[in-house]
Amino acid sequence: MYILLLAWRYLRTRFIALASVISVTLGVATLIVVNAVMAGFVDQMHDRLHGILSDIEIAPPGLCDIDHVDWHKEQIRRIAGDDLEALTTIVRVPAFMQFNFAGRPMTHQLLLIGIDDETYGQVTDFQPFLTNEINRQKISFQLHEDGYAADMGNCGWPWRRQVAELEQASRDRIRQMLEAESVPGEVDRPAEPGPPETDAGSRTLPRLPDQPPRIPAEGIQETHDSDPGFGPPRSTDSSESLRPAIADEDIFDKSRDQYAGIIIGKAISHRTVPESEYGPAGEVFLLRPGDDVYITLPTAGDDPRPIRENCTVVDFYSSGMHEYDSTFAFMPLSYLQKIRGMVNPVRGTATVSAIQIKTRPGTNLDELRDRLTAYCPPELGLTIQTWQDTQRPLLNAVNLELTILNILLFLIIGVAGFGILATFFMIVVEKTRDIGILKSLGAPGRGVMSIFLGYGLSLGTVGTGVGILMGLIFVWNINSIADFVQFITGTEVYDPMIYFFDEIPTIVSPGMVAWVAVGAIAIAVLASVLPALRAARLHPVEALRYE
Amino acid sequence: MNNPGIPEFATPLQKPSLTTAPATGDRLRVAHPITVSTVDVHKSYHTGNGEVSVLRGVDVSIREGEFVAITGSSGSGKSTLLHLLGTLDEPDQGEIWIGQSCINRLRSGQRDQLRNREIGLIFQFYHLLPELTALENVLLPCMIGGGLRGFWRHRRKNRERAADLLNKVGLGHRRSHYPRQMSGGEMQRVAIARSLVAHPGLLLADEPTGNLDRKNSDEIMRTLMQLRDEECLTIIMVTHDDEIARQADRTIRLVEGRVDDVA
Repeated sequence: MYILLLAWRYLRTRFIALASVISVTLGVATLIVVNAVMAGFVDQMHDRLHGILSDIEIAPPGLCDIDHVDWHKEQIRRIAGDDLEALTTIVRVPAFMQFNFAGRPMTHQLLLIGIDDETYGQVTDFQPFLTNEINRQKISFQLHEDGYAADMGNCGWPWRRQVAELEQASRDRIRQMLEAESVPGEVDRPAEPGPPETDAGSRTLPRLPDQPPRIPAEGIQETHDSDPGFGPPRSTDSSESLRPAIADEDIFDKSRDQYAGIIIGKAISHRTVPESEYGPAGEVFLLRPGDDVYITLPTAGDDPRPIRENCTVVDFYSSGMHEYDSTFAFMPLSYLQKIRGMVNPVRGTATVSAIQIKTRPGTNLDELRDRLTAYCPPELGLTIQTWQDTQRPLLNAVNLELTILNILLFLIIGVAGFGILATFFMIVVEKTRDIGILKSLGAPGRGVMSIFLGYGLSLGTVGTGVGILMGLIFVWNINSIADFVQFITGTEVYDPMIYFFDEIPTIVSPGMVAWVAVGAIAIAVLASVLPALRAARLHPVEALRYE
Repeated sequence: MNNPGIPEFATPLQKPSLTTAPATGDRLRVAHPITVSTVDVHKSYHTGNGEVSVLRGVDVSIREGEFVAITGSSGSGKSTLLHLLGTLDEPDQGEIWIGQSCINRLRSGQRDQLRNREIGLIFQFYHLLPELTALENVLLPCMIGGGLRGFWRHRRKNRERAADLLNKVGLGHRRSHYPRQMSGGEMQRVAIARSLVAHPGLLLADEPTGNLDRKNSDEIMRTLMQLRDEECLTIIMVTHDDEIARQADRTIRLVEGRVDDVA
């Protein structure tokens, strides 16, 4: 009874000891904040990674292919059974993308992924990351009139038509110049092809299509469902019949037609420009949906050669993970298989780069992976990995970071513990006479020790309690605090462009809070053990003589 | 029992011996005065310069209900003797008997219990805890002896007892005052109330009036004499004030660690 009473009275009357506990408070608050923010980041990252990567992937080493895909699929379905939710095949190949920005050619390195637009969205979180809302409903590699995010500016067909118009005007201008050169004095001739000059020596340029005729590609839907056959030849002029007859629909017109669609990571195109002497701060898109690009990629097989394809950017992919947003590009699976020569001409089947599996929620991925590994003939050299295996280095690094931070912060609380130790020694010295009195009244050494242990416990509890409260308040208002600090100092505390989360994510787990509390209180109690022992061992006569 | 000041008990002690003492719950008994005796007690202290012999064979015997004053010059060992009698210290040699128990043979826990139940101590410098009010200071021995459950069970009786004692020493109206708000005489009276709250049979006082003026000293002595009768006490008081020593039944004079003269 006297133990509780005295510990309580000491707590209320010794403010210097409370000061020594402030370091515990701050340490606890920091631990809570750091853990909550780290847990938030890790959780978001897990979510994104898991969404981007499939649950389990079966892939050959390097750039090799998997043949007999149907057999593999059958085996997987048999082994996974009810655990299997969806299954898709992909082609994955490194590629270069070239395009012009402001008249300058640019080359970018990509990881080109051929996806099956039916099943890929079932296996991974692909659609939610697309910027066009129509594509988010259903994946398509067609350029859209609208549906693009408002902050991307002029996109899609309107943008493409505008560009095509400018290019046409530029070509017309050049033609005018050339024609003016050939026929002096007729510079102001209209751009329309003039009367035909059929003699072979004429230098008048016929109007050739700006691009080669389209070749309808398998797997690509035509932008305009026009009759692919040759239409009746244009009869604008009688002499036109002397030229090869090309239907208007077969001439590639940029303002109407697109190449094979490609969805590129947003970070490939998107740049944030700081304020400078060249202009105010802003956002720049090197590419927009509607722009054409060249893709250079190796063919499949033992003898890879580069091939170059025209593609039209149809959408952006924005997952929030910079690593992926800056390297991923997606094209239709069947198109890539065709141009890379992955289709077996005899059997008509195609190889793939990987098979991806989505499992029913709650499936033990590691166990399923092991089961799948068993069916795979080892000579195929296939690797079967869960998404965690794939991201093991990153996940481990983050965990290590979190562990070390926790150790460091607990060391800070440990330092605070030594502050308590010193303060308590002082208090024991100050209270020597009182200890003597208590002993003269029959208090055992154990009881005197308990007073100081109880005092340390109550100090630790108060410090930890206040620290938890401070930490939680900080965590719950972390975004406002970041804004406020930014307002005061002018430096951006949290740049959403870097992290791709709009707000600082936080997760407060009760278990974490409990561990921090128990740890901090234990440190406070441990720090009071030595002074308490000293108090317990004081000799009553010596203590009473102490003045 | 109505006149316990006169040591006339046929049987030395009617109270149970310590070894069979009931548990903490049974503390609301009425005290009996206790006999105290020492047999050839020696005590020396280690200092930086070697050993200083303080007590050199002290034999005293004090009957139940007796009021004995111990006098002597500074350094004669009277405070040391009192500490030994109060079980705060152990003799190097010799035996000390308090009631029927020889404290040399008690374990430290038993000695703590004995001190808590049978012995009240008063000091020259009052020795109240500054964090506690007068009432809480008085209740301290009950809290220490009873433990949490025992104290809670008897909290009303304990409080009544403490308030009653504070009334007897004339401080009933100041029970919620802190020591810093009191004068020396008042603090000493709180200390007396505290020493008696657990119904001890033996009151040891170490110069209780040493820090007080004549008027306050007389008041303290009056209070002590009155309580001795009411509470059935054996009182051993260390003092160097002859006038106070004269009020005792008997004076033991210590000279250089030995009993010099039994008055």
